[in-house]
Amino acid sequence: MTRGEWRDCRNGLLFISPWIAGFLVLCLYPVITSVYYSMCDYSVLSPAVFTGATNYRDLFTDAIFWKALYNTAFFAAFSIPLGVFISLSLAILLNFDLPGRGIFRTVFFLPSLVPMVCLAVLWQWMLNGELGLINNALKPLLHLLNSLFGSHLYPPNWLADARFAKWGIIFTGLWGVGNAVVIYLAGLQEVPRHLYESAELDGAGFWSKTAHITLPIISPVIYFNVIISLIGSFQVFAVPYVMTGGGDGPDRSLLFIATYLYQNAFDYWNMGYACAIGVVLFFMVVALTYVATKLSERHIHYSGK
Amino acid sequence: MSAGSGKHHRGARAFAFLLLLVAGVAFLAPFAWMISTSLKPLNETMSLPPRWLPSVPQWRNYPAAIAGMGHFWRYTANTLFLCGMNVCGTVASSALAAYGFARIEWRGRDKVFLVLLATMMIPYPVIMVPIFGLFKHLGWIGSFKPLWVPAFFAGAFNVFLLRQFFLGLPKYISEAARIDGCSEFQTFLWVILPLCKPALLVVALFQFMYTWNDFLAPLIYLARQDNYTLALGLQSFQSQNGGTAWHYLMAASTLVVLPVIFLFFFTQRSFIEGIAATGGKN
Repeated sequence: MTRGEWRDCRNGLLFISPWIAGFLVLCLYPVITSVYYSMCDYSVLSPAVFTGATNYRDLFTDAIFWKALYNTAFFAAFSIPLGVFISLSLAILLNFDLPGRGIFRTVFFLPSLVPMVCLAVLWQWMLNGELGLINNALKPLLHLLNSLFGSHLYPPNWLADARFAKWGIIFTGLWGVGNAVVIYLAGLQEVPRHLYESAELDGAGFWSKTAHITLPIISPVIYFNVIISLIGSFQVFAVPYVMTGGGDGPDRSLLFIATYLYQNAFDYWNMGYACAIGVVLFFMVVALTYVATKLSERHIHYSGK
Repeated sequence: MSAGSGKHHRGARAFAFLLLLVAGVAFLAPFAWMISTSLKPLNETMSLPPRWLPSVPQWRNYPAAIAGMGHFWRYTANTLFLCGMNVCGTVASSALAAYGFARIEWRGRDKVFLVLLATMMIPYPVIMVPIFGLFKHLGWIGSFKPLWVPAFFAGAFNVFLLRQFFLGLPKYISEAARIDGCSEFQTFLWVILPLCKPALLVVALFQFMYTWNDFLAPLIYLARQDNYTLALGLQSFQSQNGGTAWHYLMAASTLVVLPVIFLFFFTQRSFIEGIAATGGKN
């Protein structure tokens, strides 16, 4: 290395040294110890005792863990596609350049600023079985359906009913899609105008332009958002925790992986078991990201390639 | 520069506007419901069908909710302290690291940056237990240190964001500074940072919101009630009053949301541009 190269190398490392220290102490060390603790009996209060694969074997036969896994998968499987659909639709509508567009964008964005705890408290009240706004809006609608079709539909007691509790959490999360709306709108505004113009000359309508121009061009943005939501939805914790008063809902319907990890770590001081849950969580996030990447590879359009 | 402008039929545009209006009302309704409930007397929160306007607005619900939360002003001071420390720590350390990744060319830089990107995929719950063990070993449990010291070690996301901005500045700026006799650190401090104020503001805002909203870390580390943050204080108020005093709970929630909304309205431009910049265009 020349003297200049050597100096640049030293300077570069000096500048990133806060990150290196943080990476070693707050990331690499915890990941390695987490893997080690996951093979131990460990309660923080006394030193860890190596027990091999015991925690993993217990996890595999732990019905509560499977329940948490199912609940988390259910949440992700519905909230991610619904979130993409709603935020993309709103962004496409905003891109029509209608009057009041800035105001609408602000209105959609505001809920995503609401702190998790407020979100949980507010939606607990919104979803209240008898007094909540949601059910009082649903009542006349279901009444109409019932009188038309002779059905017997009635609004559920969302969070107190194991069959509907997760939908309550999903709706709560969908109120906060405004972040994605802003990101999609920024992506839509970068779609070159001339593409639409030449499509219009060929007689393409709104749907055909959306399907053949808009969606392919912003597909990298959609992919990015799906990955972020995937990682986020596998960590869902605060909203169900607050809504259930620190519990896990009727019939454990609101027990998510992060909730179960928290319970084991800080309610039962079963840190080794908690770490095993964490390791499984980590590999699931990696695996799902990999699958999403593979699935999308054929459909993502990167301009310039 | 938008897909629709002018080219759509009048009818299609009117329909799009109608949809936006319906969605807008739906997105605003929970806010209206929160504020309306916060101003009702207890018996009116239970009236059926619910009414949007309280017969007489009960402004005293707000002082009552503040008193009910116990140490409201302490929670506010604690939260502001943590926000301040986190914002300073994050902006300083992330700017340094981002400069090292963007404006200096050194061997292995891009490989190290890939490692940084990979760390963004690690969910916090996964590393939560060993970090707790570490802070326990240091005797920090129950203090504020676990909630602000980590901010001084450059979070991956903020480094990523700032690096994008730093890369956008032309190379000759640094060369001119060097010819003028600036060291690398002087170039960073006096030339590059002043040019990146908007980006630094975005990082500061994001970090402020993150700290204001954070729930899991304060829940783990703060034990004594007078150490609580607002988020934790609201949660403990809710668990004492769950299912009954909705007027007080909504008043308390409004108080916790309002500062964030105010902050947003004063910094709207940077905010929206910052969010748009996180959109993963690369």
